[in-house]
Amino acid sequence: MDKILLCGVGGQGTILAAHILADVALRSGTQVKVSEIHGMAQRGGAVSTMVALGADVKSMVIGQGEADIVVAFEELEALRNLSALKQGGSLIVNEEVIKPASVLTGKAHIPAHTAEVLQGADALLVPAEATAREAGSSKAANVVLLGALSAFLGFSEDTWLESIRSHVPPKTIDINCAAFQAGRQFACEHARR
Amino acid sequence: MELLSGNEAVALGAYHSGAQVGTGYPGTPSTETLEAFAIHEDVYAEWCTNEKVALEVALGASAAGKRCLVTMKHVGVNVAADPLFTAAYTGVGGGLVLLAADDPGMYSSQNEQDSHYYAQAAHVLMLDPADSQEAYDLTRSAFDLSERFDVPVMIRSTVRISHTKTPVEPASPQSAPEQAPYETDPSKWVMMPAFAKGRRLEQIERDDALRAWADGSGLNLRILRSPEKGIICAGAAYQHVAEALPEASILKLGVTNPLPIEAIRSFAREVDEVYVVEEGSRFLRDAVAACDVTVAPFPHPLPEAGELSPNLIRQAFGLEVPEGLEGVEGLPPRPPALCPGCPHRLVFKELSRKKAIICGDIGCYTLGALPPLSAMDTCVDMGASVSMAHGFELALGEGSERPVVAVIGDSTFAHSGLSSLITTVYNGGSGTICILDNRTTAMTGRQGNPFNGVTLQGRPSSELDLEAVVRALGVDAVQVIDPNDRDAVRSAIKEATAARDRLDILIFKRPCVLLERTRQQPYYIGACTGCGVCLSLGCPAIGKYPDTGLSYIDPQLCIGCGQCAQYCNFNAIVR
Repeated sequence: MDKILLCGVGGQGTILAAHILADVALRSGTQVKVSEIHGMAQRGGAVSTMVALGADVKSMVIGQGEADIVVAFEELEALRNLSALKQGGSLIVNEEVIKPASVLTGKAHIPAHTAEVLQGADALLVPAEATAREAGSSKAANVVLLGALSAFLGFSEDTWLESIRSHVPPKTIDINCAAFQAGRQFACEHARR
Repeated sequence: MELLSGNEAVALGAYHSGAQVGTGYPGTPSTETLEAFAIHEDVYAEWCTNEKVALEVALGASAAGKRCLVTMKHVGVNVAADPLFTAAYTGVGGGLVLLAADDPGMYSSQNEQDSHYYAQAAHVLMLDPADSQEAYDLTRSAFDLSERFDVPVMIRSTVRISHTKTPVEPASPQSAPEQAPYETDPSKWVMMPAFAKGRRLEQIERDDALRAWADGSGLNLRILRSPEKGIICAGAAYQHVAEALPEASILKLGVTNPLPIEAIRSFAREVDEVYVVEEGSRFLRDAVAACDVTVAPFPHPLPEAGELSPNLIRQAFGLEVPEGLEGVEGLPPRPPALCPGCPHRLVFKELSRKKAIICGDIGCYTLGALPPLSAMDTCVDMGASVSMAHGFELALGEGSERPVVAVIGDSTFAHSGLSSLITTVYNGGSGTICILDNRTTAMTGRQGNPFNGVTLQGRPSSELDLEAVVRALGVDAVQVIDPNDRDAVRSAIKEATAARDRLDILIFKRPCVLLERTRQQPYYIGACTGCGVCLSLGCPAIGKYPDTGLSYIDPQLCIGCGQCAQYCNFNAIVR
């Protein structure tokens, strides 16, 4: 069984990513559960979505040390959810910082040692936005991260691509498939697994 | 097999039970239920102005013989409580099922409340699904039970049931049951004392019948493992318990009102200690204790507030919590914020400049309470802005230094602001009411409402003319203002708050930016002096360079609304 936590900021596409991941699992004959957050938090707040693979998973809440994989769509959210990652789990982080309001207005600061902490946690830092832009649109950053995640899971690449095709707007299929493959390749080249 | 959220599963269960009428009011975490039901072409579904109306519409359709689904969030049940308690006297015609979606942890709500208490107090049957399959199955059962026992049935969900997608294997659909011809029966449907007394006695008999049924219903799951710990739980709490305590014996209740008393007692006899694990409430613990079962205290406290998790349950039993990576202290929090270009922003900015006492309401605009706008004194429930502002006016009088202002959205105004306003007008109240008309019910996902004339299934309707409505109620000082025009907002608020002896209504009308998602060329900041006024708007697109203290605009986030450019005294914000 695998518990995967997708965390980020409202509007980054974590829910769509979770739906694609769940669909891939279903297509591959794996039991799956997906929990989501709707409502107020979506307005630029911190959001997290859990995808549980395998029949053993009961609870829809991930607490300390319970996640096998954390995919953070933003660096601060990676730090915020670090304690959810079990010892020896995998951490995939989008190399992007979205400053919360208190930081934007200079009332608070991002901890100086962010990079060291992520390095210490053995994070796979993915330049998702730049990679997505190369694939055709920076909006596909979430799919780049899915590509990186795919390298940590057993599902076939074809299944991923099929699922992506059925989830994204028809005009963006090529871009998203390219974004996925670039993310997957990046992880294969850089991940220490 | 399909992957469905609990909400979608309830909707499908209702559809497959032959329900033909669906009503409700949007509210997280219940909203998608009625939307998923409404997709089917051979049903009728509508958003009502509020939950009370929704239940009454459904009760009427039920009386006339249709199976009906009603959906709402937990606080909506408060609004619907009036018809609920008496619908539990009248009973039903066609099956009547009410989804109440609770929000332990308050992800998107103003309180935590446990809808179990309503089922108990109203004498209606309540079923508790623990995943989407159960949400489907129990909804199917609920319609049959509603007709069999002549009682409305509540399905109690929580955020983790409603918003978790799990596999569902649907059973074969049932076509809509034949609609018995409606016949007048005042003894059942006219709840004046003479008839209500008779129905009350029938309700008591029905309670007995339901109690007898609950024990043998087959909807409660008993898992006997180690006799050491026996856990009684229901709904999402069951999933947390099953994961945290794989060795424990469990009685999972599918029926939570009335409780299956004999099933609980017999389970208690099988185990050494009985514990009750539930979220944000003492309902189940007290109810189990009332069955003459001794409920053991947890070895360590289990928090009563907030959402449960397997780790909290492990801690309560003194078990080790899995070790995670070391967290980081002192991270800046990331609360939600009004979107870039949100038409509510300048109203709050200008109100805070006036040092007004601001009675807020429920919706996206509640975010006006957060810094840097910090423009809200109260937020309690739907419609309370208008009535609480009236109360502030009464208590403070016209001599108050700070003007009193109510701020309410269009959908919330239709929900229950109207009746508050009528009270203020009727009693000669004064003050200022700002109606933020963003042409939608934004927070819950942009549903239609009477003031935009958009209906759930796209049937023709018409926009209710907000200005004409408030004028017809007898308010003369009414203005309609573009909330993105700073000068217009400022002068309207100045005029309205200066006129202390009259009631002013300011309608700020502009569509939610998520409705049309149009973007114009973004602005940028040229010759910034670092005065910081643009930062005081709380726009997520505007930031400050930590080294120079100068401001910048993120071109990815800016939608080119031009709100900030109107505040820069140095004309530095340009495009």
